[in-house]
Amino acid sequence: MSSQEESSHNESLSADEIRSAANRRLGFKMAWIVLGSLLFAFSLVPLYNVLCTVTGLNGKTNDTATTLNDTKVDTTRWVTVQFTSSTMPGLGWNFQPKQASLKVRPGQVETALFEAKNITSQVVSGRAVPSVTPGVAASHLKKIECFCFQKQALNPGETKVMPLRFFVSPDIPDDIKEMTLSYAFFSVENAQ
Amino acid sequence: MSTTAVAHHDEHAAHPTGIMRWLTTTNHKDIGTMYLTFSLIMFLVGGCMILGIRAELFQPGLQLMKPDFFNQLIGVHALIMIFAALMPAATGFANWMIPLQIGAPDMALPRLNNWGFWLLPPSAILLTLPFTLALFGIGDGALATGWTFYPPLSIQGGIGVDFAIFAVHLLGISSVLGSINIIVTLFNMRAPGMTLMKMPMFAWGWLITAFLLIATIPVLAGAVTMLLTDRHFGTHFFDAAGGGDPILFQHLFWFFGHPEVYILLLPVWGFIPQILQTFSRKPMYGYKAQVYSFWAIGALSVVVWAHHFFTAGMPVPALLYFMYSTMAISLPLAVLFFCWIKTMWRGSMSFETPMLFTVGWIILFGIGGLTGLVLADVAADAQYHNSYFVVAHFHYTLFAGGIMGIMAGVYYWLPKMTGHMYNEKLGKLHFWLTAISFNLTFIPQFFLGLAGMPRRIPDYALQFAEFNMISSIAAFVLGLSQLIFVYNIISTIKGGKKASDQVWEGAEGLEWTLSSPPPYHSFSEQPIVK
Ligand code: HEM
Ligand SMILES: [Cu+2]
Repeated sequence: MSSQEESSHNESLSADEIRSAANRRLGFKMAWIVLGSLLFAFSLVPLYNVLCTVTGLNGKTNDTATTLNDTKVDTTRWVTVQFTSSTMPGLGWNFQPKQASLKVRPGQVETALFEAKNITSQVVSGRAVPSVTPGVAASHLKKIECFCFQKQALNPGETKVMPLRFFVSPDIPDDIKEMTLSYAFFSVENAQ
Repeated sequence: MSTTAVAHHDEHAAHPTGIMRWLTTTNHKDIGTMYLTFSLIMFLVGGCMILGIRAELFQPGLQLMKPDFFNQLIGVHALIMIFAALMPAATGFANWMIPLQIGAPDMALPRLNNWGFWLLPPSAILLTLPFTLALFGIGDGALATGWTFYPPLSIQGGIGVDFAIFAVHLLGISSVLGSINIIVTLFNMRAPGMTLMKMPMFAWGWLITAFLLIATIPVLAGAVTMLLTDRHFGTHFFDAAGGGDPILFQHLFWFFGHPEVYILLLPVWGFIPQILQTFSRKPMYGYKAQVYSFWAIGALSVVVWAHHFFTAGMPVPALLYFMYSTMAISLPLAVLFFCWIKTMWRGSMSFETPMLFTVGWIILFGIGGLTGLVLADVAADAQYHNSYFVVAHFHYTLFAGGIMGIMAGVYYWLPKMTGHMYNEKLGKLHFWLTAISFNLTFIPQFFLGLAGMPRRIPDYALQFAEFNMISSIAAFVLGLSQLIFVYNIISTIKGGKKASDQVWEGAEGLEWTLSSPPPYHSFSEQPIVK
């Protein structure tokens, strides 16, 4: 092999090296995008919660008591509040609203009753998670007192009637004439 | 002089033989071959699973399996078809063809390329192992939530869910590595003179797919990781009792899931126009329009995800936004259809197998797109969601639009890759059997969906019996026809009529300037593109 060939071979090798260094650099830049979108995924969790509070997207209601200021009762219209309930797997309770719906005046404080019975032979605690449909109505359902603010414990075979005191805010838009309040009771054993 | 240098190079790269060759190879063609082989095997595995489903659905009532096992088959079928069949097939072609098409000696990051492939077999094992473990009384089988992992079901599920989560992690890392490699190759390794706007459409399709992958796969990885910590480490990301929200998972999942469908299709949209121009013997119509449409679709695909759960409850303005933005995607898609048809217009066409698959593809994928438009309508979707209409829709897009497109590519490039012509008669037979039995499998499912049959249900009401029976019989014909495909590929690898370098009379592009099969190191001397 002549020296000339040798040198051209070396040259092409170093060109290769330059190129593979450039390749690695660009590769690492792309890895930053990957890291960025991983961070983005986790930042969606708080973002989603903010969005839900603002828009009522997931129908969540206030989880601490609202105090009753001197709210005016709007006697010009009715809003129907329907009640529904479910018991999640793992909680051995029967849980039902005692009334299917209530017709209320916005601003008027009302009481709805729910009944829970522990059908197991152990002490069981559960927690109720509320949700309102349509979502835009969620922020207009104000709870003064609710069994869902704390966890509830029932002795074996015990039946308990649990009250919910609430009013529908008079600011609720005119076109909402009906809303549904749903409670899902979860077992607290596997979700402290 | 240059030839001695090349010979010198080859000596240096004297590689191990046998299994070590495949374990350690960094050669883009070897890796491409491994991807394609893996994909074909997993296609058959996933196909067998769904034939089990169709056998159960042949008649109403429960005959063959328990509902839980039925659910496991459906979920794993889908994960395998998407992540282990369709995606590796596209990556396999990327490895084989991108260096050839852009005049590069190899992929930019060869070592990374090798790792990317070798993550796949372990993840396929992770996905299917729980089936075997259950036989020995360990755990209760594979993931039974469907491929979408929705909580709370996936939080309550058994070890199959954990296995699937780890499989998704590995598959995700694999596609991210593959994508980084492709992006770097396309940016840094193009032959002198090949500007971005001279790249073949296949390279363009992959460039956008790769960007979508590195932007969305980490979101999926994050979502399933949260699921894992919810299951085992007491977090409450998706647990309503602990203040979390199961709907959040749907947002995260489909933020990945919707772009994923374009990830699967963009590479195919890349080689379709190349095949069309070859067999119409005229240049493709509207190259620039197609490139811009790719960009538009890629960008739109990340902002429309919520159309997968219109019925989960959303404010009306959000419903409207997601409906209109979804429908907007059909505009650039219509541009693509127009360009494909115009490419064939007044060409001197011939219908070899790749062209048959491509023309069939245009029609069938068109049906998939049109039915998608129906589903994007919020009012209509309330009825169709979770029904067989959806199943039929995504099989027109994924089986016809994805798999049949890939098959067109296999027939088109197989002579280049192996140096032999495949058996044209068998190829045509494979096409006609596939096209006919595919339609007979899935058209009845449209009607079943309209009539209200829900998906992911092992038993059904009597009025659905006839259509299900037709669909099941056709599915078995469809499944068996694929054996012709496998036979044809294997016999082409073993021998057959010698293929010329250009292979197809009308073929143009750098890959056709190399010998068939191309040398182990493709372009030791980079070609100059004018
Ligand atoms: C022989 C070919 C195939 C047949 C007969 C078939 C049949 C089916 C059936 C019957 C279901 C749903 C059953 C139910 O929900 O009750 C299904 C689900 C699915 N298939 Fe296929 N399939 C085939 C090929 C493919 C291919 C090639 C892909 C992807 C590239 C694919 C992707 C999916 C997906 C994503 C689901 C949804 C699973 C879920 O959401 O749970 N299938 N298939
Ligand atoms: Cu989508």
